[in-house]
Amino acid sequence: MADLRTTFAGIKSPNPFWLASAPPTDKAYNVVRAFKAGWGGVVWKTLGEDGPPVVNTASRYGSLDVGGVRMAGFNNIELITDRPLQVNLDEIKQVKRDWPDRALVVSLMVPCEEESWKRILKRVEETHADGVELNFGCPHGMSERGMGAAVGQVPEYVEMVTRWCKQNTRMPVLVKLTPNVTNILGSARAAKRGGADGVSLINTINSIIGVDLDLMAPTPVVGGKGTHGGYCGPAVKPIALHMISEIGRDPECAGMPISGIGGIATWRDAAEFHALGAGTVQVCTAAMHYGFKIIDDMVDGLSNWLDAKGHARLDALVGRALPNVTDWQHLDLNYKIVARIDQEACIKCGLCHIACEDTSHQAITVSKTNGERRFEVVDKECVGCNLCMHACPVTGCISMIEVATGRKPLTWLEHPNNPLRQAAE
Amino acid sequence: MNDAGRLAAQRLTADEIARNFSDIHPPLDRKRALVEASRCYFCYDAPCTQACPTGIDIPGFIRKITTDNVKGAATTILGENIMGGACARVCPVEILCESACVRQTQESKPIQIGALQRYATDWLFDHKVQPFTRAAATGKRVAVVGAGPAGLACAHRLARHGHDVTIFEARPKAGGLNEYGIAAYKMTNDFAQTEAAFILGIGGIRIEFGKALGRDVRLADLRRDFDAMFLGLGLAGANALALEGEDMAGVMDAVAYIERLRQTADKSALEIGRRVVVIGGGNTAIDIAVQAKRLGAQDVTIVYRRGPQHMTATGYEQELAQTNGVAIKYWARPIRLVGQGGRVREVEFEYTQLDEQGRLMSTNDRFTLLADMAFKAIGQTFVAAPLEIGAAEPLELAGSRIAVNADRQTSLPNVWAGGDCVPGDDLTVSAVQDGKVAAEAINRALRSA
Repeated sequence: MADLRTTFAGIKSPNPFWLASAPPTDKAYNVVRAFKAGWGGVVWKTLGEDGPPVVNTASRYGSLDVGGVRMAGFNNIELITDRPLQVNLDEIKQVKRDWPDRALVVSLMVPCEEESWKRILKRVEETHADGVELNFGCPHGMSERGMGAAVGQVPEYVEMVTRWCKQNTRMPVLVKLTPNVTNILGSARAAKRGGADGVSLINTINSIIGVDLDLMAPTPVVGGKGTHGGYCGPAVKPIALHMISEIGRDPECAGMPISGIGGIATWRDAAEFHALGAGTVQVCTAAMHYGFKIIDDMVDGLSNWLDAKGHARLDALVGRALPNVTDWQHLDLNYKIVARIDQEACIKCGLCHIACEDTSHQAITVSKTNGERRFEVVDKECVGCNLCMHACPVTGCISMIEVATGRKPLTWLEHPNNPLRQAAE
Repeated sequence: MNDAGRLAAQRLTADEIARNFSDIHPPLDRKRALVEASRCYFCYDAPCTQACPTGIDIPGFIRKITTDNVKGAATTILGENIMGGACARVCPVEILCESACVRQTQESKPIQIGALQRYATDWLFDHKVQPFTRAAATGKRVAVVGAGPAGLACAHRLARHGHDVTIFEARPKAGGLNEYGIAAYKMTNDFAQTEAAFILGIGGIRIEFGKALGRDVRLADLRRDFDAMFLGLGLAGANALALEGEDMAGVMDAVAYIERLRQTADKSALEIGRRVVVIGGGNTAIDIAVQAKRLGAQDVTIVYRRGPQHMTATGYEQELAQTNGVAIKYWARPIRLVGQGGRVREVEFEYTQLDEQGRLMSTNDRFTLLADMAFKAIGQTFVAAPLEIGAAEPLELAGSRIAVNADRQTSLPNVWAGGDCVPGDDLTVSAVQDGKVAAEAINRALRSA
């Protein structure tokens, strides 16, 4: 079995699967259940300043169901922990004592003043937690109070608060980044400049998940009204993958550990995050959908897959796909593929034909032989766009095959149609 | 179980009877319907639609179910097939739409199109929605003979086009085989009447019950008195075994017995034999055998002269009989009915086989089945005689049924025909299509006149 142990920003865990700061990590009861189930670590649900805790609403969650799949996307309007600070700190201390091999990171969000951060860091240190994660991402509720995403969207603030924290604690400091920015590198680089030991991303995306057409209010509805909330779940994975790859291949951020978050539900999802540079991954929605038991397959599946690929350790996977992430202008415009339909596997649904006919390049014909429909690719019309392959409901029926053009690779930078092309050397 | 006597009523309790004749396929609830509907791939130029004799846009209505646009789904169905509710219950989907489903090709598990169609149409009937309206009145009058699926479908389409329709129906109720012929457990809660009332609900259709062609009304008179007419006469005759003793007590016509069964409120009052033999290989044979079993007959055997692949009853129907405890004996034909005191006692059969030319041959190898009742289910025939009474011009036949062209027009220019009385599949769905196609042709003819 491949070794899944990780050391992330100095924090050790038996596997890379952490539960993200969220409802599943709000109290010892849940966290202990998670550790018993086999989770490698948790980021405890965000603690705020001492004093009267925040108050949460009913309801809190909204779901995007797609084609019968529940919670393909998910959102919430829940705030940080609504339990007293000392209760949380006592439980954190006890859990860390009972589960020393697991990663226990504490998420924090306090007002944007150095004293506030200093005060809470001191109290967290007393729990012997492994590290802190600065919640600069929460897009709802707290941001209106000048915290969460309100900080995360301003690189100068990210840098400043990160620096305060580094100066006031010996614990590793992770910075959780909000995706509600036009370019993730602004806040990622700021975290690095502030001395962050690592970044976690993505936090949730600002969203209205749906509208109740009877109540005429956004969901989740609270007493007839609704508000924007944080969007997560499988549907956000592509956004997260893009953002971590941007950081992973940014020279300024080089070497900064990344904890990947965003729609991770299986070991395959996790492997993709690792391949783009994530050292650990954090999970929430999938656990909230199915319970903690999903960790079995995540650990087992990742380990078996690493074995099959001949990797003894998870580290071998981290960042492995990054060299192949590039900008569009570096893609080979002479590379050619065309669709091939496996006639044996084809069930004659015609979705490839109608997709291509109505919306693409009219490159799949339909004919009838002996009363049976037959769909065929017209190679000279096929631009190799993949649409038919994606529309086809039969896995493996349509494949894209490479066509030798005999032409040398050619990028946009050198292409004759590019008015700004660079002359060949 | 009351097993006194070879022939008895009340073999089962009222509760058992009620259970045995309840809906054989309970309807899908919303949750199941959504799960099933979400399996549909929304195929291009969908094979299921191609396979539907009425051409219902099946992926279209299924997509509407997934969005809870159930009214829209039902309207899509009924727009092509006004008896979509009955067809959802009785269509042999396993040889029509569901056999063509690409999921059948892919995983031998087609979308349950029939069940989804029922989900949508039930919704419409439960909500008493009337989705169709009549066009402006044309003042044209059309006579329809027979209030079965073909006649009702034709009448409805004509009424939509603004014509006034009078239906002449020999029996006291509308619905044809849906009312009198379909196995009771396929059509529960008086559905045939609910559907007929829905069809008539559009307005402009009058039914004269108790009016039989050739007896109470004549073809020539109707041709004279109406602008056009449609014949949906069905099959009035039953094939005979042509064996001695066929008129003995206990030798019965399956269709007639099913009609009684359908019209009897207290089914436990029906007499049924302890040992029942059914001769035939069609859906009627299956229907009578399964219903006999469900009335409490102890041993029910279907005997068919050829093999399972030759039966017109589908594989699904044969399996239904078998799972109901009916034995099917293939490759045997009756050669003698043996009676005792004027009642049938045994049926003697001989095994059959095919010769090298594929003809059915006798083997002279015989066996006998004890039978308190022997049902004949060897097919029905078209009876042309009523058409000829007082007719000046003869109506052309094709084989033994009324000849029609693609528009379902007969050899008489203002007479159209459809359903079981014309050549083609004897299915409710085909009858509805005939009625629909004929109505469109009649409408064109009346509007260009």
